[in-house]
Amino acid sequence: MTTETLAPFDPLAEAIAAVDGWPEAAEPTETPATAPLPAPAGEAEVKPKDFLIIDYSGDLEKVWATMILASTSAAMGVKTSVFVTFWGLQVFVKDSRRITGENWMQKMMSAMQRPGISHRKLSKMNFFGMGPWMMGRLAKQHGVASPKELLEVAQMMGVEFLPCQMTMDMFGLKPEDMIEGMGEPVGAATVIGMLTDNTVPLFI
Amino acid sequence: MPVIEITQTVDARGLSCPMPIVKTAQAVKTLPSGAALELLATDAGSIKDVAAWCKATGNELVEQSSDATVYRFVIRKK
Repeated sequence: MTTETLAPFDPLAEAIAAVDGWPEAAEPTETPATAPLPAPAGEAEVKPKDFLIIDYSGDLEKVWATMILASTSAAMGVKTSVFVTFWGLQVFVKDSRRITGENWMQKMMSAMQRPGISHRKLSKMNFFGMGPWMMGRLAKQHGVASPKELLEVAQMMGVEFLPCQMTMDMFGLKPEDMIEGMGEPVGAATVIGMLTDNTVPLFI
Repeated sequence: MPVIEITQTVDARGLSCPMPIVKTAQAVKTLPSGAALELLATDAGSIKDVAAWCKATGNELVEQSSDATVYRFVIRKK
């Protein structure tokens, strides 16, 4: 069927054409060549998706990213939830708590890594606190809100922070160790259950 | 062009992402529908961010201007 055509043989084009479901190259789409003006606001409104962040890390820079994204998506009218687990859970322990846990191992864990959002370490260039201190200075110079400030904003704007029950048990953390305004502790099944077609999940 | 009556001004000068947007969202929440809000910002990212925020939330970006250092936006609540 292609023997009659004078078009040079293009193995890549042949391969692409062979792929099932590949869009036809020249198929005209419904949009006309002259691009229409963007629809006026309210007519073809983009419905924002729900946003679910799984905050696994307790590293300063990742916690910062979590807080920026959570507060921004709440500001954009997106229903936002943050599941806090593993090292992420340490972030939501009150800053004033020094040693947490019930047995010596849990106490040692908290002694080795001080809990609280104001005591986060960088995953690299920490240099015994020198890195985070410089990050804090630079942030202040450039008007960047601290993770703690962003957390307060996020909570004010209705972001739901859900602690992981299993990690709380493992670290021996009690509800009174956690900051005010946390949601009920939940398990992985609740988080998976939140993943509907309309939810964008992010693992940080 | 009729002069838009500004109901509230949000001064986010000197603040970085995401605070101009967050402050705008908080302020817009308290305004009645149709009221106009003025946002002043120095964060260059806010040019794109304010437009994106308006698109996502359905509020209208009525005006946008800038002088040497300050960006000014006027947003009408839907």
